[in-house]
Amino acid sequence: MVLLKDLNPDEFQHRLKHQGLRIRCGPYVYNLQSAEQKIIDGLSLLYADFEVILEETFADFHIAMRPSGWSQQLRGVVEFYWDGRCPMNIIEVRHSYAFLEWGMNWCVSIGSDEYLKLHAAVLEKNNKALIMPGLPGAGKSTLCAALTLSGWRLLSDEHALVPLHTGTVVPLCRPVSLKNESIDIIREFDSSAVLSQVAEETHKGRVAHMKADLAPNSHDATPVPTALMIFPQYEAGAEFSLRRKLKTEAFMFAGLHSFNYKLLGETGFDTMTQLMRSVDCFDLRYSSLEEALAAVNHLEAEVFKE
Amino acid sequence: MNNLLLQVIDNPAVCVDFTPGQWDVLIPQARNSLLLATLYRLLEQRDLLDKIPLPPRNHLFSGVVTHDRQMLSLDYEVKWLLRAVQQLEVPLVLLKGGAYLQAQLPAAGGRLISDIDLLVPEPQINAVEAAFNAAGWLGGHTDSYDERYYREWMHEIPPLSHIERGSTLDVHHTIIPPTANPNTDASKLIAAARELRPGLMVLAPMDMVIHSATHLFHEGDFNHGFRDVLDLDRLLRHFAETESGFWDELVPRAIELDLLKSLFYGLRYSQKIFGTPVPPQVLAASYEGVPTKALVPLMDFLFMRVLAPNHFSCARRFDGVARFCLYVRSHYLRMPMGLLVLHLGRKAWKRRFTKAVDVEDPEYAEDGDRD
Repeated sequence: MVLLKDLNPDEFQHRLKHQGLRIRCGPYVYNLQSAEQKIIDGLSLLYADFEVILEETFADFHIAMRPSGWSQQLRGVVEFYWDGRCPMNIIEVRHSYAFLEWGMNWCVSIGSDEYLKLHAAVLEKNNKALIMPGLPGAGKSTLCAALTLSGWRLLSDEHALVPLHTGTVVPLCRPVSLKNESIDIIREFDSSAVLSQVAEETHKGRVAHMKADLAPNSHDATPVPTALMIFPQYEAGAEFSLRRKLKTEAFMFAGLHSFNYKLLGETGFDTMTQLMRSVDCFDLRYSSLEEALAAVNHLEAEVFKE
Repeated sequence: MNNLLLQVIDNPAVCVDFTPGQWDVLIPQARNSLLLATLYRLLEQRDLLDKIPLPPRNHLFSGVVTHDRQMLSLDYEVKWLLRAVQQLEVPLVLLKGGAYLQAQLPAAGGRLISDIDLLVPEPQINAVEAAFNAAGWLGGHTDSYDERYYREWMHEIPPLSHIERGSTLDVHHTIIPPTANPNTDASKLIAAARELRPGLMVLAPMDMVIHSATHLFHEGDFNHGFRDVLDLDRLLRHFAETESGFWDELVPRAIELDLLKSLFYGLRYSQKIFGTPVPPQVLAASYEGVPTKALVPLMDFLFMRVLAPNHFSCARRFDGVARFCLYVRSHYLRMPMGLLVLHLGRKAWKRRFTKAVDVEDPEYAEDGDRD
């Protein structure tokens, strides 16, 4: 197995610029192609420990980021190509790495219906998975990054991939996306966290990505049994509260924030039912990250030992 | 020959021996041609699914999940459509993908649709639109120029979208813009349409073929050209077997509808690409519909380029030129030169001076419409 950091920089860049660099991420292989310095820097920093595939192989997603011609080159913008087509608006070069990460998520969001996909952060401890669905702004990424830095294994910060008719999740470990204040909170939380350069003034504000494959088995794609579902809600100044959530309520919320629950129809319902049977659900409201971490670790100790 | 998709459609068993590198090309070709689900169904019919590697099979499966959901949604939407026009006693004629699915034609196997195309009699189009509005399908996203473009010059009203379910309707009163050259009498199509169930109709087999060809060769949209020719191939093969006198009456019917030229191109490329067994005398008779026969080799050059799967593995020199030429062609076919110049000028002006505001957010691609 060849890791990206084992490739000599010339070969890495040559592949990235020409035929594409093939990186294994969980159950998928991405073929990435770009000559942008931002992307070279971002990948060599955050994907150093990912497996690269050098021989002929099937790639699930072919992504390229490059200017469509000299006019875009002069304007300092690039296109996001997916199988050669451009499904997105043009992207400023300074945002190219952040958009690559979003684009890599997007490919999974719009396809991959061999899984029930929840919009959630997923982590693992003692071979039990914790799923944290959340609305944007609920603080799930921050909490997820902090847990990753405190001994949990990140399975995904965006998609809970539940194989159909099971109550397990398949890991798809990639960098965690941090926005605005979260960037500084995480830097303060752990000064050893490896962060990409900050992309300023994107449509979501400031964005940075954090290296998240910190566990020895980060890239193991074996399905993990689920045990816990926490719905985090960060609120400045809010009093800490942790209460058990009705599974029916959790079911509705998770379904509403799933990428393909509706699309999968009966199969989606059946899979969600199985998932809900295997997890204990909680609502977590917090204003301090330390409190939230302590609560999650406490629940892990309580619930996982059962 | 890099068109692996064509090879697999021709003989699905070949993909059992495909290398990972070949799958790496086939899946994007199929995805860009909207044929992932179609491939899944083809392999399923022949019990070949278990013989192909799991990673590419998952992509085919994802396609079929969308397809299955669309069939279900279409059933549901059709119920509401019929309810909406119940009082009017107007026949609703489904066109294109929606018709293939509802009529359960072989062309429906894995066929994806993006919206529901309907044909209604022109005198009743305002009443139908009002009824759809009342049922929740509303227009929108059009400015006064677009509104006028549709109402005065086009063969359809501006698209209607359901406020709750998001389903989109394209309601046509004829199948070709009134500003275009052919003089097609849509009432003939409606008169010959066949009833699927009370109130719901599809075009008669010959008309369905002629419309499929006209849609492809008269409009400038070749993004899914390969899939569209496959539709045509499947319709032709099916009706040739199930409809007596199909081949004998096809050309006369196209003449009656003034759409022989489009039929000729349809037959020609369906045969060239998928080897559709078109009887030589039918092809020869349809050739009479081409006014400038010297141009046919040029058209071959252009069409064979844009009708390949839209993927770089199928790219050839001058693809861009071909696409551009056919885009221009579709416009001059659609309206007279004076109007065309005004329309394109107006479009260029709008593009230049109207700021694009919708930033696509890649992070929250919701489920549903992927066509």
